[in-house]
Amino acid sequence: MEFAPTFFKTLNIPRGEQMHEDKFPGNKFLPYLLIAPSIAVIFIFLIGPFGQSIYESFFFSTPFGTKTIFVGLRNYIRLFSSPDYLNSIVVTFKFSAFVIIVGLSISLAIAQLLNQKIRGVGFYQVALIWTYALSPTIAGVIWASMFAPATGLIPYIVSKLYDGYKLNWMTNGQLALLVVAAAATWKMLGYNIIFFLAGLQNVPGEFLEAAQIDGASSWKAFWRITFPMLSPTTSFLLFVNMLYAFFQVFGLIDIMTHGGPGNATELLVYKLYRDGFIHLNTGYASAQSFVIFFVISIVAIIQLRIVTRRAIYFR
Amino acid sequence: MTRKARHEIFIHVILILLVIVLVFPVFFALVTSTLSFQESYKYPPKLLPGNQFIDNLKEAWERINIGRLFFNSTLISVVVAIVKTILALLAAFAYTHFKFRGQGWLFSMCMITQMLPLPVRIVPTYQLMATFNWINSYYALTVPFFASTTGILLFRQFYLTVPRDLPDAARVDGASPMRYFLQILVPISKTNIAALFVIEFIFMWSQYLWPLIVTTTAEMRVIQIGIKMLLASEQIAPEWNVIMAATVIAMLPPLVVLLVLRKSFVEGIAMQTAK
Repeated sequence: MEFAPTFFKTLNIPRGEQMHEDKFPGNKFLPYLLIAPSIAVIFIFLIGPFGQSIYESFFFSTPFGTKTIFVGLRNYIRLFSSPDYLNSIVVTFKFSAFVIIVGLSISLAIAQLLNQKIRGVGFYQVALIWTYALSPTIAGVIWASMFAPATGLIPYIVSKLYDGYKLNWMTNGQLALLVVAAAATWKMLGYNIIFFLAGLQNVPGEFLEAAQIDGASSWKAFWRITFPMLSPTTSFLLFVNMLYAFFQVFGLIDIMTHGGPGNATELLVYKLYRDGFIHLNTGYASAQSFVIFFVISIVAIIQLRIVTRRAIYFR
Repeated sequence: MTRKARHEIFIHVILILLVIVLVFPVFFALVTSTLSFQESYKYPPKLLPGNQFIDNLKEAWERINIGRLFFNSTLISVVVAIVKTILALLAAFAYTHFKFRGQGWLFSMCMITQMLPLPVRIVPTYQLMATFNWINSYYALTVPFFASTTGILLFRQFYLTVPRDLPDAARVDGASPMRYFLQILVPISKTNIAALFVIEFIFMWSQYLWPLIVTTTAEMRVIQIGIKMLLASEQIAPEWNVIMAATVIAMLPPLVVLLVLRKSFVEGIAMQTAK
């Protein structure tokens, strides 16, 4: 997943400070030349298409784009009166909540274990973070094989433990959602551990020692000192994990369930793909794009508020 | 035994258990990739490796032409990681070493793009590829990914810690800005360059949705899509042994990149979270 931890902090820099001293005065055109390639790519492939996407969300176009008709907000109205779409929102919400809450809690616990002075800690670190290099698709195919109904390893173990119980998650929507969410969470653990560990190593040891001298239990010290000091890392990971759960897991879903059974695992991004690229309904898909943008913007703003408050608190 | 030693053993036991649980799925994939079709459907499932890996790989190779897909994935990941790094180095240099009109505005523009991942602009980006006649080409698979906010932020953060004396000394010595950039700034950014390369290589290698949409022929597919093709062609009793042989191959390159550059990567991340 690509996302810079300093993103929210950067948005929070007062305008004056964003300007740096001119270290090579007298070069009028050079800086423009240096940023030109990045800006060009951003305009042509990101901002331009995003604007176009908003525009297209107000139109209906026949498949293959032979005809487009202005329909105003009708695509949006259709979206929010569609039970399929509302279902997709609920599914995405449940899925992301699982990935974020379960994933971050486990990762933080593991990172805390790894942040101790014990022998062989380097080995454990590598052994626990390398799964970051796996793609969601690969995670999906491995879990699909382990969970293959009737023949896979996990259904075998479950039937041995629970007296012949058949783990038919492919026919049970809630169970299917749980299995894909677990697979997605597993894939992200390595990444989360890397960042939590880096964050934990930046917590000054003196603070914790002082707390110990004052007689605080290590449990209390963790929640009162370590956890608050970790909040920039945590909020960064919250956002990254949300983006991951919203978008990056597309391959995992496509491999494991195709959004099924029924539409029990049809995340917003999967529905968007189906409407835009299978049913070729570009206006309808563009409206979905905007709804997704709206949701991540809201979360980003909340995030920014939290980071801003923390920054003042620690100043 | 002291209390401390007991505590340490306890932690070791937990960590070992965690490693086993976390790594198990990959171990399972490795084992499956070495079994014959019959063995892979044995009940209870087998957990000891067989000796069919080469045969399985050959089979997968014939069905989806892994060689070509592997080449495509490697090519686009390397190209995107390198170009992104270069563009980000240049942009971060401009933002931190010069003062120019519209600087704040142009910087915000770069930052705002973090809010625009592919799905929020996917339909028009696809249409743009069609307009450029880029569908089913390496251009479509690489160029739209070239801008990197992550990279710009990563290098900016680092450049801000470089002492002012360094550019000053270079200027006094009569070095041009570009010479300072190439001979001093880039070499001391090594750690961050390696970190960014790891992040972007893995990011590109994992791409799935975009290649699925913009490629239309078998020889332009990437390896992630190849795995889906292997799986999709046999719904009733998937040949997991063949699929896993392809999967094992598909997880190697990002893993090698991560392990080789691990030290710089971890240091780069630590630098990022430090301030």
